[in-house]
Amino acid sequence: MTMIKTKLSLTILGLASALVAGPVLAAGGHDTMLPERQPWSFAGAFGKFDRAQLQRGFQVYREVCSNCHSLKRVAFRNLSEEGGPQFSEAQIKALAAEYKIKDGPNDSGDMFERPGRPSDKFPAPFANPEAARAALGAAPPDFSLLAKARGYSRGFPLFLVDALPIPGGAYQEHGPDYIVALLNGYSKADDPNWNDYMPGNKIAMAAPLADGAVDYTDGSPKTLLQYSRDVSAFMMWAAEPKLEERKKTGFRALAFLLVFAGLLYYTKKKVWADVAH
Amino acid sequence: MSGPSTYVPKSAIGRWFESRLPIMGLMHSSFVAYPTPKNLNYFWTFGGILSLMLGVQIITGIVLAMHYTPHVDYAFQSVEHIMRDVNWGWFLRYTHANGASMFFIAVYIHMLRGLYFGSYKAPREVLWILGVVIFLLMMATAFMGYVLPWGQMSFWGATVITNLFSAIPLVGESITTWLWGGYSVDNPTLNRFFSLHYLLPFMIAAVVVLHVWALHVSGQNNPTGVEVKDVKRDTVPFTPYATIKDGFAMVVFLAFFSWFIFYVPNYLGHPDNYIDANPMVTPAHIVPEWYFLPFYAILRAIPDKLGGVIAMFGSIAVLAFLPWLDTSRVKSASYRPVYRVFFWVFVVCGIGLGYLGAMPAEGGYVIASRIFTVYYFAFFLIIMPLLGLFETPKPLPASIADSVLARGGSASAVAAGAAHAPENK
Repeated sequence: MTMIKTKLSLTILGLASALVAGPVLAAGGHDTMLPERQPWSFAGAFGKFDRAQLQRGFQVYREVCSNCHSLKRVAFRNLSEEGGPQFSEAQIKALAAEYKIKDGPNDSGDMFERPGRPSDKFPAPFANPEAARAALGAAPPDFSLLAKARGYSRGFPLFLVDALPIPGGAYQEHGPDYIVALLNGYSKADDPNWNDYMPGNKIAMAAPLADGAVDYTDGSPKTLLQYSRDVSAFMMWAAEPKLEERKKTGFRALAFLLVFAGLLYYTKKKVWADVAH
Repeated sequence: MSGPSTYVPKSAIGRWFESRLPIMGLMHSSFVAYPTPKNLNYFWTFGGILSLMLGVQIITGIVLAMHYTPHVDYAFQSVEHIMRDVNWGWFLRYTHANGASMFFIAVYIHMLRGLYFGSYKAPREVLWILGVVIFLLMMATAFMGYVLPWGQMSFWGATVITNLFSAIPLVGESITTWLWGGYSVDNPTLNRFFSLHYLLPFMIAAVVVLHVWALHVSGQNNPTGVEVKDVKRDTVPFTPYATIKDGFAMVVFLAFFSWFIFYVPNYLGHPDNYIDANPMVTPAHIVPEWYFLPFYAILRAIPDKLGGVIAMFGSIAVLAFLPWLDTSRVKSASYRPVYRVFFWVFVVCGIGLGYLGAMPAEGGYVIASRIFTVYYFAFFLIIMPLLGLFETPKPLPASIADSVLARGGSASAVAAGAAHAPENK
């Protein structure tokens, strides 16, 4: 019986490794460095976004990144919703009104511009990717999903740990970690397009942020590292606005299932008690 | 589902209905009175878990289809609409996407259980072949489902896999054009994949009915591989014994599943699929979903395109011939000391192929893939037929009841006074 048990656990182990052998991410160029893990408030089973950080991150996006990068899947109203930066509705109304939104056609068949409303999505800085490419030399990616659309592999065997409910596991923040690393990865003063973390090390975007570039009003350090963490957290929220709701629901679901499983286990024991098996 | 039902309706309406459509009797004989071997271990709960997963996928899928738009310009956007603006949309999509992976975890355990305990051998050949058909349908469904979000991996995965058909001599190009509905993967491809992705699960459900029917005709195999000799001594009724055990296993499986949905929902996915499909930009590495990786590794192990395609499809087709490739008289690997070793090497080889499928097709990875591919086929085509002739199996217990009593007896001698005999888990 012990032998059967050992074999059964071997099977489970085998299948578990088969399961996790899958999501091996493209590691990119061979010379790229692996990003460092950042202390995210939204990591882990009980993670929550830091409102102040999201608000600062939005400020960085608005003052710097939005000159080139669109945020087309996010509406102004999202910024006041629960689980996000949670600006007040009045703030969002005022913010939206600062943007010009193309609307129409009107009764005479003409397109027109009007001030933005909370229900509008963020307008893009360029009319289309071709226009962006013509102006900048390359089309900057949209920000809405970037934190989930980027990643890196920690390689075998650490990628197995990434799935597990253990300290250092349940790692889903590859994207934000990569973005922080990238923003801090311009290591060659003579080559503005060199980046330690970009696959292939060549990046079209020159270093977008530097110490003191954005004027924080809440006393947070005005450093490149702080800016990059804040904007990455904001990007993670933009990519996964339901993250807090998901983790909160998960706790309830798992607590219920585990208690239910316990009850079923003892019921099963009782039912089988009179049968040798 | 086999033999005359022992079901006796209790009410007058029940009797009236039963004499016109004996569906309650069918349910009763299939899921209440049905005799199950009393020595089944928890690997036998995966059939129930798989039915549950099929149900979960169909229900979440139907609701997702209400919000999804199968058009190249809107598919990606509609998935993001589900994630952001549909009530509980994130839950539906993460459940459906991770549900596919859970479905495959369960089916691989289910299949390896059959392989270990010889569940494909007479009289269960048809049962096994129906299972292979379900597996094929599952693979087709999962592949087309992965294309629907129309991200970069969706698009390029579809391009790579549909291109395989162009390797068929003479008609390959025409078949590929026919599959695409044009001269490349485009809107017609997405439309038909959506249509088929909605159709196939119902075909799976139909074959599952046949699979369960065949199971209930031949009866379940069990860890000893010895057939039921005396229904009274060897078996227990499905309800309550198997129902409560299956129910417990399902809830544990759902807890495992929930961990993925709520805490690591993108672990099994690929970041590139959060980028809109772009026919002008090829991803650095095109990688299929994890559950296809072993077969993808076999495909790439063969230097010739047509040969690779044949090997890949052959690696699944060979399963259908298993009942006749295995020449052993003994079913269960518990009594086959040599087969057991080859079996575990096979499992390691499958995992190895899975790992290699995710690696770039170059250098040592290709050589390793070739070695594992050779073993994969040798296991079925050489080892299984020959081993049955040369292996000396261990003596089998006279019956299921005898094996249970032998175990219970020795165990209770060790733990004298224990309330229950230890369970064989």
